Amino acid sequence: MKASYSEKVHTWGRSWCALAMIMFMLFPAAAGLYYRAWPYGMGLLKGLLGVAPIFWTVGAIEAFTFSPMLGSGGSYLGFVTGNLANLKVPCALNAMEIAGVKPGTEEGELISTIAIAVSSIVTTLIIFAGVLLLSWLQPILESELLAPAFANILPALFGALAVVFISRNWKIALAPLLFMLVLFISVPSLSGSVSILVPVGAIIAIAAARVLYKRGYL
Amino acid sequence: MRDFDLNSTFLFITAGVIVLFVIAQSVFFLIQAWRRARELGIEVQTLRRVARSSAVFTVAPAIAIILGVITLSRFLGLPLPWLRLSILGALTYELPAASSAAAALGVPVSEGVTDPRAYMTIAWVMTLGIMSGLIIVTLFLKKIQGGIQSLKKRDTKWGDIFLTALYMGMISAFLGMIFADVTAGLRGWIPVFVMLISALLMLLCGFFVKVLKVKWMEDYALPFSMLGAMALSIPITRLLG
Repeated sequence: MKASYSEKVHTWGRSWCALAMIMFMLFPAAAGLYYRAWPYGMGLLKGLLGVAPIFWTVGAIEAFTFSPMLGSGGSYLGFVTGNLANLKVPCALNAMEIAGVKPGTEEGELISTIAIAVSSIVTTLIIFAGVLLLSWLQPILESELLAPAFANILPALFGALAVVFISRNWKIALAPLLFMLVLFISVPSLSGSVSILVPVGAIIAIAAARVLYKRGYL
Repeated sequence: MRDFDLNSTFLFITAGVIVLFVIAQSVFFLIQAWRRARELGIEVQTLRRVARSSAVFTVAPAIAIILGVITLSRFLGLPLPWLRLSILGALTYELPAASSAAAALGVPVSEGVTDPRAYMTIAWVMTLGIMSGLIIVTLFLKKIQGGIQSLKKRDTKWGDIFLTALYMGMISAFLGMIFADVTAGLRGWIPVFVMLISALLMLLCGFFVKVLKVKWMEDYALPFSMLGAMALSIPITRLLG
């Protein structure tokens, strides 16, 4: 029997992702071999201890939180190309909205994959162009004039997203939104840990949604 | 031992090969998803709209990523930051990872790394410190997706609500973050005003699409609102900053 798309996508995804991990390690391995320079063992351990406990946790949380939204193909691709919360997830949600399909369906999965693939290709090409034209671009991108625009990229993105999604699901959004507002205003330093708070928001939203659903409000 | 150069041709070529691999993966998934979507009867026009809108939406965040490359390049040269920010990571991770390794070695981050062993240490920390998401997705995504599907099979409506709640949680966390500095005075309100302007621009787009029937605008509403709010953040910051 011919394998279905949803089965094949896991075979492709696992193969590409396993290869990607090897490719990512190729850079430091090849550079080390070429320059005959090996990492300092203690430095590597201390450096990893400084970031891995936090970022391995964040990565694990992201895998469980974002993959149901992105679908299989979108997740296999998004977790290789990165920039999930600030780029790939909003891009996929926007694409599903435009195409009028729902996350969790095969149509949603396909649209999300196409959006993430296009976004990944465009991002890679733009960064490549940026690297080529760096001496010309650097003074423009780092100019004082443009600094506020780049500093406010997340408010500019999430303001527009909020109108589309919260207006339609305000009952579900109310509890996590209030919680996050109080939390961030009380502890502003948490803004650096927003990735860790995404699943907290999701759990509150799911719990609130469950109560509303059971009581017939949704 | 060869003379170490942060911007050597070898490092550029190695990074380039990996970036090409990532593009190849994206093209592969794009083609497969496109074909399957056509089999399911999704119109080419819809797929093109999705592709166009995604491409336009990506431009501003991608340019912001170049800023991250610039930031890291002073310390690590161009090939490593170019590679790291084209794949897997984001500046919010790569900068702390590089800084953590540099601090462990006592290397200053304000100037280019000259010791090849320090460079390799930093490159390995950046590579290994963020692998968990990719490992989990590779090993367990099939199970995670299976769980979602069985949830939907048991109760379709609750399955849809569950997924909606997931992204409501994400959007809520980021919206909350925008208010983090409001107690710091008027300057702390700048991100809030930018968010409100973006929301207003989105509403304006909605008016054009739904009331005035300017259908093409639907595909560009998000990038338009985002870029508009980013542009207006400049005078707002001048006024309040």
